[in-house]
Amino acid sequence: MSARSLFQKVWDDHVVVPESADAPAVLYIDLHLTHEVTTPEAFNVLRSRGLSIRRPDLTVATLDHSTPTVPITTLKDLDVVSEPAAAAQIRTMIENCEKNGIRMYGYGSDSRGIVHVIGPELGATQPGKTIVCGDSHTSTHGAFGALGFGIGTTEVGHVLATQCLLQRRPKTLAINVEGQLPRGVTAKDVILAIIGKIGVGGGTGSVIEYRGSTIRGLDMEQRMTICNMSIEAGARAGMIAPDDTTIQYLNGRPLAPRGAAWDAAVARWRGLPSDADARFDREVSIDISQLVPMVTFGTNPGMVVPVTDAVPVSDDASFRKALAYMKVEAGKPMLGMPVDVVFVGSCTNSRMSDLYAAASILRGRKVAKSVRMLVVPGSVQVQRQAEAEGLDKLFREAGAEWREAGCSMCLGMNGDIALPGQLCVSTSNRNFEGRQGIGARSVLASPLTAAASAVAGVIADPRPLLPN
Amino acid sequence: MEKTDIVRSRTVVMPGTDIDTDQIVPARFLTTTTRKGLGKALFADWRYDKDGKPRPDFILNTPAAAGCQVLVAGNNFGCGSSREHAPWALIDFGIQAVISTGIADIFRSNSLKNGLVPVIVDQATHGWLLTNPGVEVTIDVASCELRLPDGRSVNFPLDGFSKYCLLNGVDQLGYLLHQSDAITRFESERAWKP
Repeated sequence: MSARSLFQKVWDDHVVVPESADAPAVLYIDLHLTHEVTTPEAFNVLRSRGLSIRRPDLTVATLDHSTPTVPITTLKDLDVVSEPAAAAQIRTMIENCEKNGIRMYGYGSDSRGIVHVIGPELGATQPGKTIVCGDSHTSTHGAFGALGFGIGTTEVGHVLATQCLLQRRPKTLAINVEGQLPRGVTAKDVILAIIGKIGVGGGTGSVIEYRGSTIRGLDMEQRMTICNMSIEAGARAGMIAPDDTTIQYLNGRPLAPRGAAWDAAVARWRGLPSDADARFDREVSIDISQLVPMVTFGTNPGMVVPVTDAVPVSDDASFRKALAYMKVEAGKPMLGMPVDVVFVGSCTNSRMSDLYAAASILRGRKVAKSVRMLVVPGSVQVQRQAEAEGLDKLFREAGAEWREAGCSMCLGMNGDIALPGQLCVSTSNRNFEGRQGIGARSVLASPLTAAASAVAGVIADPRPLLPN
Repeated sequence: MEKTDIVRSRTVVMPGTDIDTDQIVPARFLTTTTRKGLGKALFADWRYDKDGKPRPDFILNTPAAAGCQVLVAGNNFGCGSSREHAPWALIDFGIQAVISTGIADIFRSNSLKNGLVPVIVDQATHGWLLTNPGVEVTIDVASCELRLPDGRSVNFPLDGFSKYCLLNGVDQLGYLLHQSDAITRFESERAWKP
């Protein structure tokens, strides 16, 4: 067999019916992650057609998107804090899962959280799996050498009913990342720089494989941050070859294989990395050894600059419209722009290492009086661990709000929003107009930059504030 | 899904690039549990002011846009989230086809499953459509042709399967359900089990 890429190996391993000129491939799905927002209509369709769920055992559900981040002990609490539609949506999800025998990590579960945080945490996310979810950030799971991609609600129905999807084979794009990460520069800055380089449509039609010395040196949480934002470059998925780091992370997780099954799985995973002479449809290289912390200035994640730079100049109409929305001026420095809100959280940056990063800046410092800061753990597991280590106390003492797990202010649909006109430095993944609330202005950044900006009350470079 | 063979309509033009699904349907409208009635949420933050009144200068609120079924948009239309609410809202509003130089993958896939025709054209054709808003165009799904009022015709890419589904109003779930034997065989014969 000719040399194959990681993507090709995972794809080949899941083809039920090969694609032809007349029809796409029937691709088998190993893990279907579900949440309350993109599933109700899929269940409606199945119900109306009298169809059952083919593999509830390969389906995992949680509550994250429209879920409030204040404590919920009983469903009655929901009616107090949520708008009626959101509460109804959550109830519908719980009922759909109960009726269909789907594992729900809901309120009261130690494993509830953002769907892309809990999959890896539980060990359900594994190398070589096909993983889908009605959420574009399913690309996160590619950090493990899985093929993870977002689907729409109709396709959610397809997977529920048949455990399969109709797919055309995407193209492959290798992104080679070389160099040692400078101090104060994180995986978030790397992926923002990559999106800045290839553009928000640069990965359209492709699955990215992130390769190179930088990637090999990243831990799993950093790799997840990178793969998470593949969709922001338009890519279907982003993948990283599994290695010792991957295997070590998964060992002993609740849903990871055990005993002989573990050994067999590890042996299989070892064969997944791209063959040495594997060919990609396209290759891009980036040297990050001189990278500085990155921030967005516009209304998509490709409109990004080093925090020490000025807002770029362009005559393009969409560019000018973005600057007008953001109330930023071409040629003016990013540093020193007044900040109203800081959000640390989301499937991009809400894991322990992200909280450690924010805490390293906030320790012994205070959030500026003019700033509202939210720190929202990605899962109940992360929340518990952070609380056991006293991070909740550290954040509160610094003046930040410490919340329950959920998507929170990444998207304005659960009560956590930035107000019209407010500038929010956010560790999330999208700075689209109104994403964090009507009229809210979002600046994407790493947890270090977000925390530094919270302290300064303006967009700030975290490097001078790093602990020794 | 309804059958779609020909879309003939004047165009409405939104020239902005990278129009994302958060603009097409803002997240706060996603707390619904049905696909119905999302037309009112379409481009809500561009269409209405803070008091909920239509902004007269927004293109979809202008008299020229009334009844238009074809949206001509800037490159990379539909980028961002996987929400199928985006094509649902466009269709509910009355849009049946989107023309651009680039359409984001998930949005494109969602559109095809709902009978919204994604039409990718070259820069020159796109440029002409942007500068000639309101012209009547014909989108012929069977021949994958976009016909312009001056008699020109350009082809757009559409794989045979998607074309078949659009023309016959076939939903793909039925096709997948027919593969049930193959799926069962795959499940029992595969080398490892998830």
